[in-house]
Amino acid sequence: MKRDILVIGAGGAGLVAALNAHEKGMKVTIITKDYPTRSQTSMAQGGINAALGNAGEDSVQSHIENTLKSAQGIASEDAINYLCSSAPQAVEWLNSIGVQFSRTKENKIAQRTLGGASAPRACYAQDYTGLKILHTLYDRVLASEIEILSDRYLLDLINSQDKKSVCGVSVLNKRTGEVEVYESRVVILATGGYARVYDKHSTNAVGTTGDGQAAAIRAGARLSDMEFVQFHPTALKSSSILISESARGAGGYLLNSKNERFVDELLPRDKVARAIDAQIKKGEDIFLDIRHLGEEFIDKELPQERKLALLYEGIDPVNELIPIKPVAHYTMGGIEVDEDSQTIIKGLFAVGECANHRVHGANRLGGNSLLELVVFGAQAGENAAEYAKEILNQVQDDEHEIQDDEHEIQDDEGKVQDDEGEVQDKIIQNCHSELDSESNIEIDFYKIKAELGDLFYKNVGIIRDKNSLESALKKVQKFISDIPLMGVNDRSKIYNTNLIEFLEFKNMLELSELILSGAIVREESRGAHFRSDFPQEDEKFKMHTIKDKNGVVS
Amino acid sequence: MKIKIQRQRLTEYEVNLKNPTLLEVLNEIKTTQDNSLTYSSGCKSSVCGSCAMRVNSKEVLACGYKVQDGDIIEPLNNMPIIRDLVVNMDKALGFNKKSITWLNPQANTPELSQDDEKRNALQSDCILCSSCYSSCPVYAVNEEFKGPFSLTRVFKYVSDKREAKPKEKIDVIQLNGIWDCTLCNECTLVCPQGISSKADIEKLRMKSIQFGYSDPNFSIGGGLDFGAPQF
Repeated sequence: MKRDILVIGAGGAGLVAALNAHEKGMKVTIITKDYPTRSQTSMAQGGINAALGNAGEDSVQSHIENTLKSAQGIASEDAINYLCSSAPQAVEWLNSIGVQFSRTKENKIAQRTLGGASAPRACYAQDYTGLKILHTLYDRVLASEIEILSDRYLLDLINSQDKKSVCGVSVLNKRTGEVEVYESRVVILATGGYARVYDKHSTNAVGTTGDGQAAAIRAGARLSDMEFVQFHPTALKSSSILISESARGAGGYLLNSKNERFVDELLPRDKVARAIDAQIKKGEDIFLDIRHLGEEFIDKELPQERKLALLYEGIDPVNELIPIKPVAHYTMGGIEVDEDSQTIIKGLFAVGECANHRVHGANRLGGNSLLELVVFGAQAGENAAEYAKEILNQVQDDEHEIQDDEHEIQDDEGKVQDDEGEVQDKIIQNCHSELDSESNIEIDFYKIKAELGDLFYKNVGIIRDKNSLESALKKVQKFISDIPLMGVNDRSKIYNTNLIEFLEFKNMLELSELILSGAIVREESRGAHFRSDFPQEDEKFKMHTIKDKNGVVS
Repeated sequence: MKIKIQRQRLTEYEVNLKNPTLLEVLNEIKTTQDNSLTYSSGCKSSVCGSCAMRVNSKEVLACGYKVQDGDIIEPLNNMPIIRDLVVNMDKALGFNKKSITWLNPQANTPELSQDDEKRNALQSDCILCSSCYSSCPVYAVNEEFKGPFSLTRVFKYVSDKREAKPKEKIDVIQLNGIWDCTLCNECTLVCPQGISSKADIEKLRMKSIQFGYSDPNFSIGGGLDFGAPQF
């Protein structure tokens, strides 16, 4: 079967991109490692930003200014302008396809204030905003002819011979254990972030392992700003489960053990997280207090927060304090794309958290990630469709030319097939060697995975310095050199999650090195990247850290 | 504590954790005792729908269930088992498409009030974990039953003022749909989001009657009939 466009990942960004490419007449296939509604998008609680002014005066200009300010100098003003000015239309579209937004008494979409925002700007659906958006998008995909392939794990991108353009992907079919190759001249990566490098010290779903970024850099694409990792101020203390910023937006306080407030709760996340970190280092326990908001308000506006606190912390926020700590939540860095969402590999697009559209800079604002996936998802889908059309025309022209010389066709086709056969064999070999190798496992990768998470939280966390980063890099390099001593004990081909988790772990190790080398070079403090040995912002680093597999590009 | 997990055979494991969730227990077994134990998980906070399974014959989310000594863990019912606790949900999820579970938008989107919002706010909390589908006894007699979560989704859209073609959805759920439900309420009891598909199905029956449909189970004798057995 011929496919015009492959979308890898079925979170919000992937679904929006698929819908828009499909609308342009393209044959689109979505490939996901689970099922389409399992993604990280379902966990977004707070809202989606758009300067609608439904709950207080607001303007697109203010949205732009707030976003720019929070980005701390390393964002594209053009990209932010596009993001913020497209926002009202993006929310209107979501409303038109059935997202159950909460409403005001005046029958408008309800909005609330999140950190770093000068107005109540986040449109919300209780505290299930991401869930309701994701499921509505999924329903729209069902209404279309878009093909969905579930339970397929991305292994690698396949390049053309000259390495300049993409021509497909290889995936592991989890159900059969077979490696499958899907050909397409246009691939959109929408695979999410990499905050699970922090393992249990992250709010993220277990699959947020940077598979797309790792595959992209292996294929020759560039990654940028990987050292910028956002720590969410309020995760539940014992489980790292997210408690939405909207709890503070609605008037929730942060308290220390002495019952004192110690920070303006509605500053951007990097500042609030650092303030909490400083308190914790002084020996304080930190709590979120929403008792004064009242049971009725909590049940209406924050039902999920109450449920999560009861279930995972064993406390009822209606009359108890919520113990919290900051943990890794969102990765600003990602696959480097141009203003059309395309990478330096022709036909390879990236969107959502896996890409770096330079709209979040050094620190993302709450409510801007759901917005990003709708606005840039649509843009990436449309641009990918335009590109696919060009390619299709080209191929048709080429075919005309070639028809004059039948020998040439046969030769060409034979050659392509041989190459593909070879590529496929190599991938299968790589993947299945884990299953076939003699049981010679000396190091348990699950232990190293947990160790990596602890190491990153401690040394590459809210506060870093040269020593902590360099010693972490040494350890990561040791882990990488130890990979041949690790492996999988489960030898089954059928739904081998032991194998998938090992492949994910290897991707994270690959990215860990890049996060660290970026953080070591950046001898300054900016947004989420805070160096205690260089606590000031430095003009000389007002630039993006860009890398390919050979090292630093700029 | 000891638990038993239904794999190819019922296998007992012992773990030593304090007041753990089932997902924590499964993770502990997988990473320290038996790497081949197979299950799905995602958000670990009850919102992605990945880790539904059965404990002592009742559907739960592994991440939201606190383990008791002696629990017996099994995969979901009514779906083919792929391996251990992982089932194939393709057919189950396919009933969404068959039931037209999406909004047909109107040219001009109508404004919604807070009352309009309340009408289907709960139904839009569904996480598609398939617990309801697993608990449903109708599949024993009708494998083509559109099922609780798809019918709740239909209710979500037909009760939405923004839907342009509610009748199309009502038409499509007459066969293998709302009238096949026995109203046993099992789906309601197991829903981790507190949704009652049974109640939604009853509301869809009311709507169907408004659209001129009647209960096919009562139609054989014709006329007024309040549910006496038909022979």
